[in-house]
Amino acid sequence: MTPDEMQAMAAHMVASVPQAHALGLTLVSVGPSRGAMKVPWREDLVGDPATDVIAGGVVTALIDHCCGLAAVSAFDRSVDPTVSTATLDLRIDYMRPAAPRADVTCEAHCYKLTRTIAFVRATAFDATSDDPVATAQAAFIVKRP
Amino acid sequence: MSEPAAQLAAERLQAFLEGVPYVRFLGLRAEMAGDEMTAILPFAPHLIGNMMIPALHGGVIGAMLELTALAQLAVIEESARAAKTIDVTIDYLRPGLALTSYARAEVRKIGRQIASVHVEAWQETPARPFAALRGHFLLSDKG
Repeated sequence: MTPDEMQAMAAHMVASVPQAHALGLTLVSVGPSRGAMKVPWREDLVGDPATDVIAGGVVTALIDHCCGLAAVSAFDRSVDPTVSTATLDLRIDYMRPAAPRADVTCEAHCYKLTRTIAFVRATAFDATSDDPVATAQAAFIVKRP
Repeated sequence: MSEPAAQLAAERLQAFLEGVPYVRFLGLRAEMAGDEMTAILPFAPHLIGNMMIPALHGGVIGAMLELTALAQLAVIEESARAAKTIDVTIDYLRPGLALTSYARAEVRKIGRQIASVHVEAWQETPARPFAALRGHFLLSDKG
């Protein structure tokens, strides 16, 4: 994929997938085997009204979506234009709650791609990636028609 | 569970569900039958992650499973301790289709500080779960 094609695919993933659109996900960056996305804080996404912290489930969805972007950006679509992925397994460690009313950003890296599986690691943070809110490890099935 | 105890459990469940704005965003609700809680997520278009099938977003499925575990802990915890998620492992067994989803949690161990919970979600029959979660939750004093 050219950088422009990759950018267009990533933009499509945040804008056109109904759940991504409903959460208001935005694209931060995309590159070969890598993706970054953000979920802006919103009142209806709060998990604990006492603290106004965004819900764990929102972070889960952000991580899943961002890991999916890293997985699909690991393919050479000029060779495999119709390949798609589905989450097989997702493990999330929650280090700490996000700051009240804070946006959360996720950075994901597909560090190994086989014929059938994409292995992805991700970090979610509110300020800087060296102080994560959550870290994750995922495996995606690679579907080739 | 005695009638008053069941009533209190149902009240704790409602308080948990109504207190979380994100629960309303998903459209998640839950029912008690005796001491057994079932979480119910009606299908809605904004929950879709794959438009081709169409199927529920993996993040929605994970969130439903995690909220089911937290709701179950809210039901059984008579003290005012709010559970916080430490870690979750989610298995995606088959696509979550454009149907109502159900989930039930089993609290495997509840200690002084940590609870270990398993959750399974299904659509047509519990015998064919489409996703499962194992998680650890920190039980801390609210005040």
